Order: sequence, then C-alpha cells, then structure tokens
Amino acid sequence: MVRVQLEDFDAGAEITRLRLARPDTGAVAAFIGQVRDLNEGAEISGMTLEHYPGMTEKALEAIVDQARQRWNIFDALVIHRIGALKPLDQIVLVVVSGAHRGEAFSACEFIMDYLKTEAPFWKKERTETGDRWVDARSSDDTAKQRWTENQ
Amino acid sequence: MVKLLYFARLREALGTSEEEIAVPDGVTDIQRLMAWLAQRGGAWQEEFTGCRPLRAAVNQELVGNTSGFHDGDEIAFFPPVTGG
Repeated sequence: MVRVQLEDFDAGAEITRLRLARPDTGAVAAFIGQVRDLNEGAEISGMTLEHYPGMTEKALEAIVDQARQRWNIFDALVIHRIGALKPLDQIVLVVVSGAHRGEAFSACEFIMDYLKTEAPFWKKERTETGDRWVDARSSDDTAKQRWTENQ
Repeated sequence: MVKLLYFARLREALGTSEEEIAVPDGVTDIQRLMAWLAQRGGAWQEEFTGCRPLRAAVNQELVGNTSGFHDGDEIAFFPPVTGG
C-alpha cells in the first residue's frame, strides 16, 4: 500500500497493523526518514516537498511490486509526506512484513533505495541565506545500482 | 497537442508549471522536443541544452531521451529526484 500525504503518520500504529495482519508473520522491518537541521554545511530551518501527483503514486506502487516479485514478503507499506516540514518531522515510512527477517530487511532497503532515485519528489530547503533546491546525490544512484549487480 | 509539465527547480527557472501545445512535425521524441523548447531562448535554452541534468516522463513513466511520444500524451520534465 502506498500513501502520499500532507499529514504526519503514526509509525507505531502502522507497524502494528502489518504485524497483526496474519499470524504466520515472523518479521517486520521498518524505516523512518526524517528532516535534519543540517545539510551540506548549512543550518536548515525547514523544507518543502514537491511531487508529481499521479506519477508519484504509480512510481511507488511499481517499486513495491518489484520488491514483492523479488522477495517472499507478505505486505509492504510506503507513506511519504509532501508540503512544508521542519527539522525532526518524519518524511517517509517504509514497513515490510514477512516470515523471516532476511527478506523483510532486504525488501525494506530496496524500496528506500529505489524511492530515492525513481519517485518524483523534490526537496527545497530553507537556510539562513535563502531557499535552495536539494541536488540529487550520486551515492543514491550507487545504492540503487548494487541491487542490479547482486541479481 | 501534448501536455507539458515542469517541476521543482525547472518550474521556477521557466516560470511556468504546465502548457498544452502543438509541436511541429518531426518533433517526435524527447531529445527533439528538448531541442525545440531550447529554441525559445533565455531560461529555456539554458535548461534544455543539457548543461544541467534533466529527467523526462511520458504519461507518468520515466523515459530516456530517445523515447517517442504521441498526440495527447502528458510529458513531464524535472530535475533528478530528491525524495525520501
């Protein structure tokens, strides 16, 4: 399941929902990304997340589908926030449930690595010297690349 | 007619977020569309001549520069993504 929303989310409640969904679940892996108050040497007082309505949801669904084909997992949830955020606000939640930890961990990491390079979100940071668009990082491409090398 | 969408830094640089436009015969793929848009000059030339990395999507699917498109398609241009 995929959700793109302005509102904050309750990670604990979402994890519990996936954990209790079926009694043969033995592992739930989760990742939370949050806003930092520092980036590229500048203090960040807030940021705005822009996205491409329609394509964002499709891209996230496609990433979750790929993870499901690749690993034997039970369910996967992605929640990504948009709009105005401040330091310590949650940005993204990925939760993956399965029978065992290995597949849940891998699928969770795979979803984040692909989200970072394929889902149409853009961050604009507010710094002391003005607003600036965040540049894409080559380390994110490298992180995604290893999943194709490992296949 | 095609629908063109621009996002994030690109949207701000061009001063517009979307337009519906008829493209000339021969402008049939992303590469040619970018070259045609660059001819508008100013920020358009700067953004579409390949100095800064751009991504393209046709009907909400990421595509490469040699991908074609058809009448009625939704074509989006944007900088590399930075979510998560």
